[in-house]
Amino acid sequence: MKTKEEKIFSLKQRPNSEKWIDLSFRNFTITMASMVGVILISILVVVFIESKDAIKEFGLDFLVTADWDPINNKYGAFTAIYGTTITSLASLALSIPLGVGTAVLLTEDILPKQLNELIGIMIELLAAIPSVVLGLWAVFVMEPFLRPFLNLLHQYFGWIPLFGSEASGPGIAPAILILTVMLLPIITSISRDSIEQVPSKLREAAYGIGASRWCSIFNIILPAAISGITGGILLALGRAMGETMAVTMIIGNSNNFSFSILSPGYTISSLLANQFGEADGIQVSSLMYAAFILMVMTLIINIIAQWLVKKLSLKYQ
Amino acid sequence: MVSQKVKFKIPMKNHIQKNKSYTVSTNLVYEHNNTRNTVNRLITALAALFAFISLVPLILVIGYVIIKGASQINLDLFILEPEPPGYDLDFAGGIGNAIVGTLVITLMATFISIPVGVGGGIYLAEYSKGGILSKFVRFGVNVLAGIPSIIAGVFIYAVVVVSKIIFGSTFSGIAGALALSILILPIVIKTTDEGLKLVPDDLRKGALGVGASMFTTIINVTLPSAFKNIATGIVLGLARAAGETAPLIFTALFSYYHISSMQDILSEMSSLSVLIYNFALEPYEAQNQLAWAASFVLVLLVLMLNIFARIIAKATSDS
Repeated sequence: MKTKEEKIFSLKQRPNSEKWIDLSFRNFTITMASMVGVILISILVVVFIESKDAIKEFGLDFLVTADWDPINNKYGAFTAIYGTTITSLASLALSIPLGVGTAVLLTEDILPKQLNELIGIMIELLAAIPSVVLGLWAVFVMEPFLRPFLNLLHQYFGWIPLFGSEASGPGIAPAILILTVMLLPIITSISRDSIEQVPSKLREAAYGIGASRWCSIFNIILPAAISGITGGILLALGRAMGETMAVTMIIGNSNNFSFSILSPGYTISSLLANQFGEADGIQVSSLMYAAFILMVMTLIINIIAQWLVKKLSLKYQ
Repeated sequence: MVSQKVKFKIPMKNHIQKNKSYTVSTNLVYEHNNTRNTVNRLITALAALFAFISLVPLILVIGYVIIKGASQINLDLFILEPEPPGYDLDFAGGIGNAIVGTLVITLMATFISIPVGVGGGIYLAEYSKGGILSKFVRFGVNVLAGIPSIIAGVFIYAVVVVSKIIFGSTFSGIAGALALSILILPIVIKTTDEGLKLVPDDLRKGALGVGASMFTTIINVTLPSAFKNIATGIVLGLARAAGETAPLIFTALFSYYHISSMQDILSEMSSLSVLIYNFALEPYEAQNQLAWAASFVLVLLVLMLNIFARIIAKATSDS
């Protein structure tokens, strides 16, 4: 016969229903987590399968021919690939000094702390503005304002193929500038984070042996943060290549190939945005092929970027 | 105080150039015109200039959106449907259906991504012990976050729109919501994971120690204490979804009419962002003006969501 105390303190088995709930909740979370992988792989597979016809038809010539001829069903994505490459690289070249410079300014004690915080918040807000609104602004405000300056560029540097045509409206150059605006917040915030991760001992040591502010920034702090900054730059590159709306609105959407950044062009994503709705047959497949190329390009860049960012965070832990 | 400059020869050493004279200042007074101080000031000014240039577009964009958009705000704008371009040259109607459409599509997208995102985040933070699956999922989340938004649209177009898999509908609001949910998912899963990791392990051990099951611990202890972080992530995801256009242009397409019943989410649906895109490229002045008004509403919505998320996040760090 058990006493009252023994009854209270005797081990109680968990009821089966509770065990079942516990187990099925665990399985539910595992399923949900695997969904990420399923989505990712199915995106790759679906886009690849849809582009099979075009891959069979055009092969690797697709990458180097510039015809886009829906009447004769001959497609080549060189114009779009050139557009994607030149817009993303040029906008990166413009936004790296601006973004890293701002990040350094924000991490140094040059400005009062409140002002630093304000600038930081404003740059984060810039990242939140929808790209279609930036596109609208670019079409109606920025491009008309810039056109005379771009034409001056053509007038004086017209002998360089990059400026070999007159700016007469939407084109690659305004697209580069609006992309720069979109990349700035990414580069600034990631550079800022990586610079803040550099141990303050390094900076103190540099000041201690008499280095000036910028001497220690260029020789000590930026090199220490370089893998994080490079990672941020690569993430921005991935974003630049995939950015669609603002670019589609301002790049002019023309498949006539021209080296000049003052003439209208295409990027892969604007090609998709512009033509996907009214395409059929082999044209859809060709667009899918272009999408596949874009995806592989951004995937590779993103993976390298993540590896670099991870490398830095491990270095100083 | 006069600065004293001494010229002297450094004794020959391997790493120093032979017979080179060095100027060394022997006092500790800040020399304003010293080369290195001048260079320092110049670069500081340059950095300030760069920061200024970075801020100019933000100020200009917001300024123009307010000037061109806010002046058109009236009740009709929020209620009426837009007129088809070219139909009436002076009056383009309102953006009522687009506002409703944006709200419906983004809310649907959020509801689709919450179970997957929060569930996945719980797995990463609570169940996985650094195994292969969790490494793969974390990697997948980062890769998914970097996928161009238009690819999500293309994918949903191929899987949902062409195959008519959802009750035989082609272009539909639900297809648009699915495309957007792919973009929100990484944000929700990441913030859930990070929010749960911040919960002190003592709480977990305490709950398990008094005999709670894993399920009870998560639902009653860890999730509530990470709630604010997760809410921040969801609101940020909402803001992201509300501003996206590319995944919608060939999934949800566009419609000129209000939705009137539940059935309508299975047909084409309008949204603010697609309205801006379509009407900005129309040659008619009235439609362009409507695009500016829609931009004002959209920017206001997105910025408010962002500030709201910031307030939630700040409340967390204070407590």
